[in-house]
Amino acid sequence: MELLVFVLASVMVLAGAIGVIAYNNPVHAALGLVLTLFGIAVHFVSMEAHFLAAVQVIVYAGAIVVLFLFVIMLLGVDRAEDLSVEPFQIQRPLAVIVGVAISGLVIAAVVRGRSTLGEQLKSGAPGDDNIRELARSLFSDNVFAFELTSVLLIVAVVGTVVLTRRQRGGASK
Amino acid sequence: MLEVVWLIPAFPLLGFLFILLFGRRLGEPAAGFVAAAAVFASFMVTVGVFFDLLSIDEHHRSHVVTLFQWVPVSSLQIDMALLADPLSVTMALFVTGIGFLIHLFAIGYMHGDPKFSKFFLYLNLFVLSMLMLVLGENLLVTFLGWEGVGACSYFLISFWHTRDSASTAGKKAFVTNRIGDWGVMLAMFLGFQAVGSVSYGVLNSAAESGSLASSTATGIALLLFVGAVGKSAQFPLYLWLPDAMEGPTPVSALIHAATMVTAGVFLMTRMNPMLAAAADWAPTIVAWVGALTALFAATIAVAQSDIKKVLAYSTVSQLGYMFLAVGTGAFVAAIFHMVTHAFFKALMFLGSGSVIHGMHHEQDMRRMGALRKVMPITAGTFIIGWLAIAGVPPFAGFWSKDEILLFTLARSPVLYVIGLVTAILTAYYMTRQVIMVFFGEAKWESQAEDNGAHGDFKPHESPPIMLFPLVVLSVLSVFGGIIQLPSFGIIPKGLRHRLEDWLHPVVAPGEAVISGTSAYDAKVWLALLAIGCAVVGIALGVLVYGRRKLRAIEPAILADGWRYDRSVSAFMGGPGRKMFDAIAWFDAKIVDGAVNGVATAVRSTSGSVRRIQTGNVRSYAGVIGIGVVLILVWFVVLRGVT
Amino acid sequence: MTPTTTWYLVLAALLFGVGVVGLMIRRNPLVMFMCIELMLNAVNLSFVAFAQAFTDISGQTAVFFVMVVAAAEVVVGLGIIIAILRRRPGTTIDDLAELKG
Repeated sequence: MELLVFVLASVMVLAGAIGVIAYNNPVHAALGLVLTLFGIAVHFVSMEAHFLAAVQVIVYAGAIVVLFLFVIMLLGVDRAEDLSVEPFQIQRPLAVIVGVAISGLVIAAVVRGRSTLGEQLKSGAPGDDNIRELARSLFSDNVFAFELTSVLLIVAVVGTVVLTRRQRGGASK
Repeated sequence: MLEVVWLIPAFPLLGFLFILLFGRRLGEPAAGFVAAAAVFASFMVTVGVFFDLLSIDEHHRSHVVTLFQWVPVSSLQIDMALLADPLSVTMALFVTGIGFLIHLFAIGYMHGDPKFSKFFLYLNLFVLSMLMLVLGENLLVTFLGWEGVGACSYFLISFWHTRDSASTAGKKAFVTNRIGDWGVMLAMFLGFQAVGSVSYGVLNSAAESGSLASSTATGIALLLFVGAVGKSAQFPLYLWLPDAMEGPTPVSALIHAATMVTAGVFLMTRMNPMLAAAADWAPTIVAWVGALTALFAATIAVAQSDIKKVLAYSTVSQLGYMFLAVGTGAFVAAIFHMVTHAFFKALMFLGSGSVIHGMHHEQDMRRMGALRKVMPITAGTFIIGWLAIAGVPPFAGFWSKDEILLFTLARSPVLYVIGLVTAILTAYYMTRQVIMVFFGEAKWESQAEDNGAHGDFKPHESPPIMLFPLVVLSVLSVFGGIIQLPSFGIIPKGLRHRLEDWLHPVVAPGEAVISGTSAYDAKVWLALLAIGCAVVGIALGVLVYGRRKLRAIEPAILADGWRYDRSVSAFMGGPGRKMFDAIAWFDAKIVDGAVNGVATAVRSTSGSVRRIQTGNVRSYAGVIGIGVVLILVWFVVLRGVT
Repeated sequence: MTPTTTWYLVLAALLFGVGVVGLMIRRNPLVMFMCIELMLNAVNLSFVAFAQAFTDISGQTAVFFVMVVAAAEVVVGLGIIIAILRRRPGTTIDDLAELKG
């Protein structure tokens, strides 16, 4: 059963990823991203990270991708990019080599280190305890970082508002 | 008076400064008298110091007066200090004495010259430098004077600088001297490295006590000899001295006869313990260079037709005798000959100056003749000088030359023969000169128009101010030998070896002892042999030039100085020039090129590296990707991280 | 056979690789940003996999923070893209080459 879930979710993830990089139209690419994010959320659930799965769907797929789509619509960049033309000859082969190399090397490392990871999968706490654990960790061990992230979010919002302000007759800051 | 030995150089210094500031206003002849007075005052102080030294017991006749600390640099401590001992006072006596006489002569000789006061400015500067040279307590003070006399020699040789030959001669003298200076500098460095000081006292006592390695002593002695060869015009660096006759005659008399050229002999004598501590072949080299130079120059003098050039080559030859003496350990004889030579050579130079002055600046002897009738006093004094240099007793030159020949025979018969032959040649060419100038037929009458003379050309006797020094010097040339009379039976005991006793504490380490040799036993015969050589030389000269019984042998090659000067110029102009050009090219292209090349390399490298900054985000991403791959390769593959 | 942690890690590596390829190939700035999001998600996946393997909640905490920062980053990044593209509509990433030396 788990195997089936795993395979399906993985297919979703990889298909969405390929879609992001393959579609000319940026809106289609965004949809591919959504597919990937859902796949990841399913993986989270299967790994007993329920809270994160929820957050993934709500924040990532629900807010960030929507934001992407807003900007695409706002700026009119829904015109397709021509992927058949590549101005730098070397870029495509280089990309493939780099991509393959990175994933290959990481996989090699992971496979070689199988023994330290162990065979057991489900050893985490079931159900609500996940949230409790996560909360405990966030608010006791990492409370400082937690508070900082709230500052970070405010700074990001303020910064973006300033960035995109339209000056009267002048350049945007 | 001993404490104020610094007054000796102080007076010429004051004279120099005074003429520097007020010379032009003083004009002629006041500037000359100021200069002469300064030198005379110096002479008086020297006499005072001399008598003070006499009153001190023989073994302590050495007094150092330190003026100030000159170079205080941790391990190198050099003071500006003056040393008053028998050797330096002897030198100072005749430098100031003869200097004074020559100043007087110059007042008359330079009459009418537009740069009159500048001449005396340089003369006083010269006397100052020479006194620093002989009175110095360490090599550096001596070197200061050494360089000073070299510079003044340049100033004075090229005094009439509008004449091309004069300025060239000045430069030649300076450059040739410089080669010698290099030797002195290296000797100073070597001395400092060996004993940590350049003071004569320290260096000489180190050499005497044997704490100085023989190789070091040889090095120092030979390097100083290189300097002496340059300064005292020995072969191969003698070629500046004949050209130096371009300068006014008082300059030739003072610098190139009596004082500056003797600085080399003085330096070797001052450092005689060093020479004694050196390897045995070192003094032999000195002796041979001296002997060969003496012979070489004497042969050239036989064929010269300029009145001053004869005397110049004669000086080179007599200096060769002095170095021969130094090389055979006869330091007292060398100093003795230096003193007597100063007397008669200065006399003859001044005499030739008087002749030139009287002949309205004609210097070619072939246009003179029978001058004794119109210039009697000049002729008389010159003849006394001639007899002295030829080695006729009882004139001064005989005693000193005989002493040198005695020591030479005790050392090496071959050198002795060379010395004898040179003595014959000396007598011969000097006789030739005297006859050509003062006897024979008067050629100036028939060549009056060639001289651009106006109407009746008649040479005249010089004014009294020029004759006075001539008379004084001739008296000294007659009686000068009295300071070092040998131990012949006829000479009273009290008069024997006065100079030797006086100089003994200074030259004892290096002085050769010949009292037991066969040469010493035969010294009376040797003296007679020397007299015989002089007579032979004079007779030959009279036969060739006086009675015209024999044909004159004056081959062109001798007149050209064995073509030595010419070949040196050819070398320097030809292959020498190419060498210099090559070195200059090396400096410009390779040394500068290396520096410039670094800059060019940096610039081109940065030009190439710059192309990485494409401004293109995707290529940046590509490069970052490559970097990540490399790091992963490093960790996963090479270090086996699992 | 049940999927082990290794499988999840392999998947994450593959996803990361796809993201890198996409970043280097695509010229539209927004799509490049999406590829960055892919890479971040790959990392999140591997964090959670490790959190489960070692029964350590810190992995999930890390994911939490990654998500927060990713959100902030997207906000600012999109703001910049808007600021640039508003003036020059239709530019691709290749045209933004002012840093060329």
